[in-house]
Amino acid sequence: MKHRLFWPVATLVMLILINTIARSQFASITVRDGRLYGALIDILRQSAPLMLVSLGMTIVIATRGIDLSVGAVMAVSGAVALTIIDGSTDPNNVGVVMLAVVVALVISLLLGVWNGFLVSLLGIQPIIATLVLMLAGRGVALLITEGFITTVNSTPFEFISTGYLLLPFAFFIWVAAAAVVGLTERRSALGVLTEAVGINPEASRLAGVRSRGIIWSAYAASAVLAGIAGIIYASNIKAADANAAGQFIELYAILAVVLGGTSLMGGKFSLAGTVVGVLIIQTLESTMLFLGVPSAESPVFFAVVVVVVVVIQSPRLHRVARDFVRSARARRAAEPSLDAEVVG
Amino acid sequence: MTSVETAARTTREQTGYFQTFMSRRASILPTLAAVAILILLFVGAEILLRGDFITPRNISSLLLDNAYLLILAVGLTFVIVTGGIDLSVGSVMAFTGIWLAQLLAAGVSLAIALPAVLLAGALVGLLIGVLVQFFDVQPFIASLAGLFLARGLAFVVSLSSIKVETAEVLWLQSTRIQLGDWYITPTGILALLVAFAGAWVMQFTRFGRTTYAIGGNKQAALMGLKVARTTVAVYVISGICGGLAGLVLTAYSGAGYPRNGVGTELDAIAAVVIGGTVLAGGRGYVLGSMVGVFVYGTIKTIISFMGAEQSWTQIIIGALLLVFIVVQRAIVARSDRRSRS
Repeated sequence: MKHRLFWPVATLVMLILINTIARSQFASITVRDGRLYGALIDILRQSAPLMLVSLGMTIVIATRGIDLSVGAVMAVSGAVALTIIDGSTDPNNVGVVMLAVVVALVISLLLGVWNGFLVSLLGIQPIIATLVLMLAGRGVALLITEGFITTVNSTPFEFISTGYLLLPFAFFIWVAAAAVVGLTERRSALGVLTEAVGINPEASRLAGVRSRGIIWSAYAASAVLAGIAGIIYASNIKAADANAAGQFIELYAILAVVLGGTSLMGGKFSLAGTVVGVLIIQTLESTMLFLGVPSAESPVFFAVVVVVVVVIQSPRLHRVARDFVRSARARRAAEPSLDAEVVG
Repeated sequence: MTSVETAARTTREQTGYFQTFMSRRASILPTLAAVAILILLFVGAEILLRGDFITPRNISSLLLDNAYLLILAVGLTFVIVTGGIDLSVGSVMAFTGIWLAQLLAAGVSLAIALPAVLLAGALVGLLIGVLVQFFDVQPFIASLAGLFLARGLAFVVSLSSIKVETAEVLWLQSTRIQLGDWYITPTGILALLVAFAGAWVMQFTRFGRTTYAIGGNKQAALMGLKVARTTVAVYVISGICGGLAGLVLTAYSGAGYPRNGVGTELDAIAAVVIGGTVLAGGRGYVLGSMVGVFVYGTIKTIISFMGAEQSWTQIIIGALLLVFIVVQRAIVARSDRRSRS
């Protein structure tokens, strides 16, 4: 009960159990042509874009920031990659696709560096600094695709989201990303320094932590991860849709981070919690699809989840609960010797 | 010699006046800058677009096309002045708009339907305000929940658009009170009324001064101000404005549509900030937000006049937002230094 991952994992297990009871085929996994299929496998595949964005968001939130521009970065990244592939003579060439992906990620990195510049160097509030790119980024993506939805037929590019190596290729992408982020944060001092910056920027600066560079790199990492997410999204629909790509994803990513037990106040963060948080969201989506709720209506449900989670996290409620427990205990202790009790 | 001295003294006095003005009225400077930008935009467009930009028709349609945004920006100004933010405004507008259309289509009279949707907007605002004030939830997150809720409810009401045929609602839009080539619609009048009422409340009532005080200092409760009540109230005001904007937008487009206003919260925030309200709270003017909305609308009109991609609007607004934020930071840092020394 005390472990910070207890509640997220318990929620996920509960969700999977309820689904399995409601429909037996939910947990079943079939093997066809050396590939695994099933509802659970679908969840692992579909969670890739949100997972990548949420991992980046966790790091940014840990530094006491927030990155609203991830959806716009996704749109730009997808638009860049597809425009390059579309403009090439041979869209099926693996080299062309690799080049497109690399260029898209470099541009995403530049966008992240821009966010980091505004936040760490100019000292603008993160919400506002990233709002600028959130507004302008989609405009840029629309300019790149010239206002159209660019579509391509490129087998190597489609492989990114729909390919299989026993398990979906997109699953391996997010596992690799989670491993890389997890190892750099937790197997070096970077994670601790990030938490220090988030808990008290001024104190950590006085203690010699280069908070500016850490904050800057958090935004850069977030944008690169969002860039990868944008490529997976574009690969999945075989098109660059500058308006729909990554819409509302910043909201879902923030929800995933909070569900995973990372406080929005910055500081201590849990990447494993975020992974579980994303899987919870994706399982909920799958559940609602099964229940026949139109996906457009699902925000109502997520609103309720957000409200419940933030109320549970709220310090005031904790205080009230603590006081209640304490007074209950005091009353029980006081009962046998009620006469001897000295008020005051 | 004496003439030189006098000249020197005059300059000194002038800079003295300027500095006094700067220190006392620093918070109005961004708004003045917005007015200057608006004039520049008009003059620039008039020169570049062969002199057919500043026409009564164009200026009249500026108010007509942006009436809904103006109403949203007024409500949002209250929230931002307290140091909060409300991301739900666009979704609340969509929800109230589509629900109004559905109620009217179902034969409910406007006299019942309109209060009902305004109440719905107010309730979303109340939820956000209670979360912010009593559960210490960051305004950003609380209003995010409001955004999700209202957007989802809009789709629960209907997945597709609903046409409005009620005469009273269409009257709001189709009536044009003409004065030569100038015209104004009831929706425009409504938006202006909301703006002036907002400005009056903000400047001349106890409630307005409390709003400024909360943004300037969270410990304002120490001075006996009703912080809790006011904080919740600003979000409720913003929710009601969302409901009014839903009415105006439904009248404007002749239908309710659940996808309306996606991203409108960003446009509204941009307009408020460009109009000179500081996001950290404590400084800002409702009428400044009105100027901000007109700057936004003018940029949009210029871009469509030039036949350029509308996506340039987003890019230019984003850039303008950035410039204003940087300028605001400089002003806030300056006045902080001043008050400390």
